[in-house]
Amino acid sequence: MSTQEIPEENLPAGQDTAHGAVKVADNPFVDPGLPPHKPRVQDIDEKAARRSERAVAFMFVLSMLATVGFIASYVIFPVDKIVYIWPFGRVSALNFALGWTLGLALFFIGAGAVHWARTLMSDVEMADERHPMAASPEVKAKVMADFAAGAAESGFGRRKLIRNTLFGALALVPLSGVVLLRDMGPLPEKKLRTTLWAKGKLLINMNTHEPLRPEDVAVGSLTFAMPEGLSEHDHNFQTEIAKAALMIVRIQPEDIKDKRELEWSHEGIVAFSKICTHVGCPISLYEQQTHHVLCPCHQSTFDLSDGARVIFGPAGHALPQLRIGVNDKGFLEAHGDFDEPVGPAFWERG
Amino acid sequence: MKKLSARRRHPLAAVVVLLLALAATGGLYAAFAPAGTAKADETAQSLAIEEGKKLYSVGCASCHGTGGQGTSDGPSLVGVGSAAVDFQVGTGRMPAQQPGAQVPKKKVIYTQAEIDQLAAYVASLGAGAITPTEGQYNPAGADAAKGGELFRTNCAQCHNFTGEGGALTYGKYAPSLEGVSPKHLYEAMQTGPQNMPSFPDTTMPEQEKKDIIAYVQAVNGEKADNPGGLSLGGLGPVSEGLFAWVFGLGALIAVAIWVAAHTAKAKKS
Amino acid sequence: MSTVTNTQKKAPAGERVADWADGRLGIYTLAKANMRKIFPDHWSFMLGEICLYSFLIIILTGVYLTMFFHPSMNEVEYAGPYVPLQGQLMSEAFNSTMHISFEVRGGLLIRQIHHWAALIFLAGMFVHMMRVFFTGAFRKPREINWLFGFLLFFLGMFTGFTGYSLPDDLLSGTGVRFMQGAILSVPIVGTYLSMFLFGGEFPGGDFVARFYSAHVLLLPGIMLGLVVAHLILVFVHKHTHFAGPGRTNDNVVGMPLLPVYMAKAGGFFFLVFGVIAVIAAIASINPIWAIGPYRPDQVSTGAQPDWYMGFAEGLIRVMPGWEINLWGHTLVLGVMIPLAIFPAVLAVIAVYPFIESWITGDKREHHIAQRPRNAPTRTAFGVAWITAYMVMLVGGGNDLWATHFHLSINSITWFVRIFFFVGPVIAFIVTKRICLGLQRRDKDKVLHGRESGIIKRLPHGEFVEVHEPLSQGELYKLTAHEQYEPAALPPAVDENGVERKIGAMEKLRVKLNKGYYGDDNQVAKPTLEEYKEIQSGHGHH
Repeated sequence: MSTQEIPEENLPAGQDTAHGAVKVADNPFVDPGLPPHKPRVQDIDEKAARRSERAVAFMFVLSMLATVGFIASYVIFPVDKIVYIWPFGRVSALNFALGWTLGLALFFIGAGAVHWARTLMSDVEMADERHPMAASPEVKAKVMADFAAGAAESGFGRRKLIRNTLFGALALVPLSGVVLLRDMGPLPEKKLRTTLWAKGKLLINMNTHEPLRPEDVAVGSLTFAMPEGLSEHDHNFQTEIAKAALMIVRIQPEDIKDKRELEWSHEGIVAFSKICTHVGCPISLYEQQTHHVLCPCHQSTFDLSDGARVIFGPAGHALPQLRIGVNDKGFLEAHGDFDEPVGPAFWERG
Repeated sequence: MKKLSARRRHPLAAVVVLLLALAATGGLYAAFAPAGTAKADETAQSLAIEEGKKLYSVGCASCHGTGGQGTSDGPSLVGVGSAAVDFQVGTGRMPAQQPGAQVPKKKVIYTQAEIDQLAAYVASLGAGAITPTEGQYNPAGADAAKGGELFRTNCAQCHNFTGEGGALTYGKYAPSLEGVSPKHLYEAMQTGPQNMPSFPDTTMPEQEKKDIIAYVQAVNGEKADNPGGLSLGGLGPVSEGLFAWVFGLGALIAVAIWVAAHTAKAKKS
Repeated sequence: MSTVTNTQKKAPAGERVADWADGRLGIYTLAKANMRKIFPDHWSFMLGEICLYSFLIIILTGVYLTMFFHPSMNEVEYAGPYVPLQGQLMSEAFNSTMHISFEVRGGLLIRQIHHWAALIFLAGMFVHMMRVFFTGAFRKPREINWLFGFLLFFLGMFTGFTGYSLPDDLLSGTGVRFMQGAILSVPIVGTYLSMFLFGGEFPGGDFVARFYSAHVLLLPGIMLGLVVAHLILVFVHKHTHFAGPGRTNDNVVGMPLLPVYMAKAGGFFFLVFGVIAVIAAIASINPIWAIGPYRPDQVSTGAQPDWYMGFAEGLIRVMPGWEINLWGHTLVLGVMIPLAIFPAVLAVIAVYPFIESWITGDKREHHIAQRPRNAPTRTAFGVAWITAYMVMLVGGGNDLWATHFHLSINSITWFVRIFFFVGPVIAFIVTKRICLGLQRRDKDKVLHGRESGIIKRLPHGEFVEVHEPLSQGELYKLTAHEQYEPAALPPAVDENGVERKIGAMEKLRVKLNKGYYGDDNQVAKPTLEEYKEIQSGHGHH
């Protein structure tokens, strides 16, 4: 914007174009120009040069040997062979051998080439002049004239009807591509609001795949459950367990501070969603003495003895609780679905 | 400011800066180190006596009460069972020595015979989890793959994928499982020491505990295979990133310095 | 005559091939300009090459991996040789990655080279970018190339993210879950974006295939184009160099492409590849067999992304859980704000060249790489930016800091919350003072010479240290940098006595300019008069 108004004198003077500038005896700050080239040992001593040559060739030979070693390792070591190598531990012999031989084969090509360049190729420094990026005024004038001529010949500015309809067509045509994206996925509808839990569904222990009884769940223990009827082999298991996973603990009823939590529990057995309300990690770092649950991903901490409210970290609201009871056969069952969406918050959550 | 500027070249300036930096570091550490909750137990170093009760009254009673009823310094031991004693004392966690957010694993100061006596005494105070027999915890023949799945469901959230341990709230932590014996692993699951929840047989049967132990033995510790090379602590991307920066980029920059450096010039004779 | 000689003496085969190609590609004209192109020697000028070569290595190894990898989320039962997973359910993506690691000979090595090279690629780009930043090499005419480089870094992060998510393991799946949760937090369209990206609810059965096409085609395709453009511009602009005897703003001094840099740069490719291959031989990376297949109800502590996403991870970890519920809608500030800060902080460094050129008003070409000390305000700003970045990296690993230094995770989180704001301010002030101190030392050195360490006793008993005068080359090097006069507002009243209108932006610009070049923000270069007076005056001190 206003940069054009800057007075020139605020900018430092341009640098001396002093490549090889004449030394001004009076001014020791002037660029003395490139110092004269000093020879390397290899430049004046043919013996040293021969030594360098041999070193380079030696490295190339080492590379060849390493490649032979690579192929030999590939053939010799079975893919499942484990060997103990200090200090790396019990590693795959094949991986270790292939990696080293390939690495050395490559490294010595590079090292040889660089050693060659450094010791035997000329090390006389040279200078390239730079030229400004911007074109000369003549070139610019020619381009502007050509552009004006071309633009006039097209009639783009004059024939507004063509121009406007072209813009219209170009603006509309990408819509086809956008429309095509529609089938990337379904609409959200109520999908995030419901889980597999429903009235009467038994709580199935994730370990044993048996329905849980209240007497199975001891104070201080931690159990995970899924709804009855879901199996790891179901094609939608991942999607359903991502919402339905349940964390079950038992707290002495007198230690439960939240009235609703106690009401929704069965004799102190409380069932909370295992999915963090922050961004959906399975939260389950349960500290049985404090009843705190920590999320291992982002450290949101919830107090399970107080309605699972957030006591630390980035989560915005408490873990949803599942209302549970016992059926007439003595198994724990759900009294319905969660009364709020599980997992991360979203715009329509409300 | 000027005064400060004038003195910064003083010979002692560097010493002063160093002292300030050390004090600041120490202060910061003190501020961030978790505050102690357990009290020091000065009597812990006492000599062991044979009988469990005598052992108890010397080593344990000051915190847990003369009859195991518990005090403000230690929980009640009524009903914790012999397995809990075997774990706590057998891993050196008890008797507790230092204040801290959590009682750490230490050198075991009782012999197994003494631990058994202690366990017998505590078990007599009220029924609880019984010390497992070898048949219960020996993982031979157990299904490590099933154990892996159980581990990822029940254990990994605190102890990391392969049992390297992890952080809990306010300075508490889930310890590394490296080198922990099958018996102690079993007892920990059975009794839920300190803030760890328990996984009783009713929700995690004996066989599943064995599977988990078999998995931990397969993936953790020196005997575990790391086909790819150094496991970098088994900590995942953080240690991998550090390694890539320090050794990967570090080595490449060292090579770049060699590539770009000017070759030594011949000395003038 | 000439036709006769031509038929009698045929040109050598190589020349004839070159002639053939020249007739179709014009290679002689290209070679004339570029074959003896000069490149300056400095190790920090090779950081970009580390990035270029690791990028090539990633492409080479990535092509190999596509031969074996199945980007499918169909559930299969593992039946491979790794015992602690046998019989487990997993996606085909995970299963094929296990196959690459345990059954394809050399597959594990290539996988590890691919992943290590990716970490090094991103780390190299970060360091390369900082080198360009601190030496002012982003100034005209290189601003556009700076943006190309920045875009490469930015796209590189997402190429990495989509890449490490492909095996569908428990760790990366947790990362994808985090991404999905973050997308859900976007107001109004969040749930729609999530449904469209995942083909329904999370995790669904589509994301691996979709990430795969982004990871192997879309993103690397764009990056390859940017890399080519970046390299062409490096050739066109010619490399910057540090000031020194004979090295000015109008030339570039170094070694020619043919033969020296052909050997050095070509050799460096093999060196980079060799070093990464050895690292892949000795150090394990992303051992998915130890991590296990993804299940949305399982998790492990220590769940971190690869290092370049650590900054975002830190932001999301330390953000307080703000959530606003109004009129039946939820605004998830606790996730949205970090999601916005992440690109914003990166954008600050991306647009910096344009801000600086606006403040200085300098529209000339610059080809001299500055010493960071000679641009104290910029250097301080850069260090402040890095500090903010590093503080967030600490935040991203707060659980490991807690376990390894026996600290409380909650205290570390609070430390990061505070130091994200305070740290950069401290870093800015400290860095600026260090830069000015170094400028003063340079000035002392120019005026008084180098301390020789030789103590001399004068006839009257006084001890003095002998200072050796610098050579003219060294004097030039220490005084070659440019110094700007601070900008000033024009007088409030113009020559006709009419009150001048000065825009708020102009006032801001002048203020910022003083922050760069005002009193106390740069140390005046020694003048010839000062130098002469000291040299002729009281001798050695």
